[in-house]
Amino acid sequence: MIDSKKYLVAFIITAAIFGTAIFASNILTGKKLEDVRDIENRVALDILSSETQFSLLAETSCRDIGPGFLSKELGPLGERLSYAEDQKGFNDADVDSLKRSYFLLEIKDYLLMKQLALKCNVKSTFILYFYSSEDDRCEDCEKMGYVLTALRDKYPDLRVYSFDYDYDLGAIKTLISINKVKDRLPALIINGVPYYGFKTVEELEKNVPALKKLQTATTTPAR
Amino acid sequence: MADVQAIILYCSLFISLFFEVFLLITYLEVRGEIKLEDERSLKGIANFPTTTVIVPCFNEEATVAATIESILALDYPEDKLSLILVNDGSTDSTLKVLNSFKTNSRISVIDKKNGGKHTAVNLALEKVETELVGCLDADSFVTPLALKKIIPYFDDPKVMAVTPSIKVHEPKNILQHIQKTEYSWSIFLRRMLSSLGALYVTPGPFSIFRAQVFRDLGPYKHAHMTEDMEMAMRMQKNHYKIVNSHGAHVYTVAPATLKGLVKQRARWSYGFLNNAIDYKTLFFNRQYGHFGMFIMPIATLSLFTSLIMVGNVLTGFVEKGLNLATRFRAVGFAGKLHWPSFDWYFLNTGILPIIVITAVGLTLFILYLSLKLADGKFKLHRGIFYYLFLYTFLVPLWLIKALFDTAFKRKVSWR
Repeated sequence: MIDSKKYLVAFIITAAIFGTAIFASNILTGKKLEDVRDIENRVALDILSSETQFSLLAETSCRDIGPGFLSKELGPLGERLSYAEDQKGFNDADVDSLKRSYFLLEIKDYLLMKQLALKCNVKSTFILYFYSSEDDRCEDCEKMGYVLTALRDKYPDLRVYSFDYDYDLGAIKTLISINKVKDRLPALIINGVPYYGFKTVEELEKNVPALKKLQTATTTPAR
Repeated sequence: MADVQAIILYCSLFISLFFEVFLLITYLEVRGEIKLEDERSLKGIANFPTTTVIVPCFNEEATVAATIESILALDYPEDKLSLILVNDGSTDSTLKVLNSFKTNSRISVIDKKNGGKHTAVNLALEKVETELVGCLDADSFVTPLALKKIIPYFDDPKVMAVTPSIKVHEPKNILQHIQKTEYSWSIFLRRMLSSLGALYVTPGPFSIFRAQVFRDLGPYKHAHMTEDMEMAMRMQKNHYKIVNSHGAHVYTVAPATLKGLVKQRARWSYGFLNNAIDYKTLFFNRQYGHFGMFIMPIATLSLFTSLIMVGNVLTGFVEKGLNLATRFRAVGFAGKLHWPSFDWYFLNTGILPIIVITAVGLTLFILYLSLKLADGKFKLHRGIFYYLFLYTFLVPLWLIKALFDTAFKRKVSWR
């Protein structure tokens, strides 16, 4: 005789385990997105603070600008978003909305940095990196990403702003248009000069004068 | 496509988890019964049925003497136990070894042309006149109390066969240690299946039958080189009760090489699948209780779900490997190593990992119960770690071979 009750109990327990897993996963994923949102808010606040400080520059000196003038959290924010994009379980619409805000924050930070460099004669190096997240659109983008991460690890002062070339955002399109970025990915704009195709760390260090200066800066003892 | 794959994967996980939960519920139901069996006194056995043990041999010169010695050392009345040793056309000195035991009046030796294990056992079965009959593969050894542990189960007149607990004999290398742990798992599984009346194999090493079984149901068949599975399925089909004695220990020599292991397991999986096909009328047939309604379908399905789950694990490893390779091609050893696990954000908290962790947790718990049941107590040994980390990678080797052989109707060989 088959004890149907046993099957029912086993089914309910298994279904409960699945239900709990779905529930726990949703809660944790929600917390992660909240985490990203918090960082975005902090970056937005950092930028607002920097902009305000920058506006006051007319009345004060460039020397008053401290080392923490620009937000330090853009990098970690990018890593978190990139992880969320790769993982299953995150709500695509939520991630997309956070990505949109992230690109805008990057552009604001980039503009602020350019103004700062111009007004205060700060020697800064930054890279605009254009990639594509579409399948088979840019085979070398993944490799390029690793190179830029390695560069940023090597030169903490280097600012890398990465943008999805195909992302439907007016500000990115304008950025592409202003910098005349061709549809040959991966594309790098380093201090205004375009570089197309995959480049190794060594190639970039060898061919990009701006990076060379950074290299010198990191190897020269601080006074 | 990715969605279909995900659905198949989740279904496979659900089935596996369901089976584990089902086993644990069964364990909770029968643990009292198991305790009683463990505490049962062997001194109270009033009737020792006459028993014949058949030892079929094909090129077993290295181990057969120890096998026979172990049977002779059984704690059982000498006048109630006899042995039939069958040389199945060995090309080594097996016959010479067998003949050296001829002086013992309880032992008879048969020499025949090679025809396969089932022919050797069947020839011996024709000469059996005892109440009980069993078989012991010539690479296995019984412990002295094994038969005494089995006999009390025959007090129930409905019991027609009793299967033992099989353990690995002196594991030496990693593969054998993995099998040692795996066999402990099987001891637990068989004991649970016994309570469900759903044993689908009466293993070659020391399953003891009422001789009546063979008179009623006929001799062993070739049965896709797994005659012990076919016999159990035939018995189930005829509602003959098979139970398991987890306390009757038999040791077997486990394959020491990967090639040997894959060949053996592919034969088992192939044999199960093909016998299951032969006995497909039992599937989802209420008449056959848990055996037909649940165990046979899930055991068949598990061949495929295991492959899907293992495939998923391997795909994950391959993807990680490719990512590392891409990173290496991009930056070599340059750049800092990123260890995202230090930040909880980078822990994978998807539904799949949570379910997998739960399933692994249940597996570990069942493994703990299995080792306790097999050895009387839980003791950590290296086999557990090898099993946990390596077994997953071995399974697809024989599953793929078995499925391939079945799909293309390829014949399998014993060795």
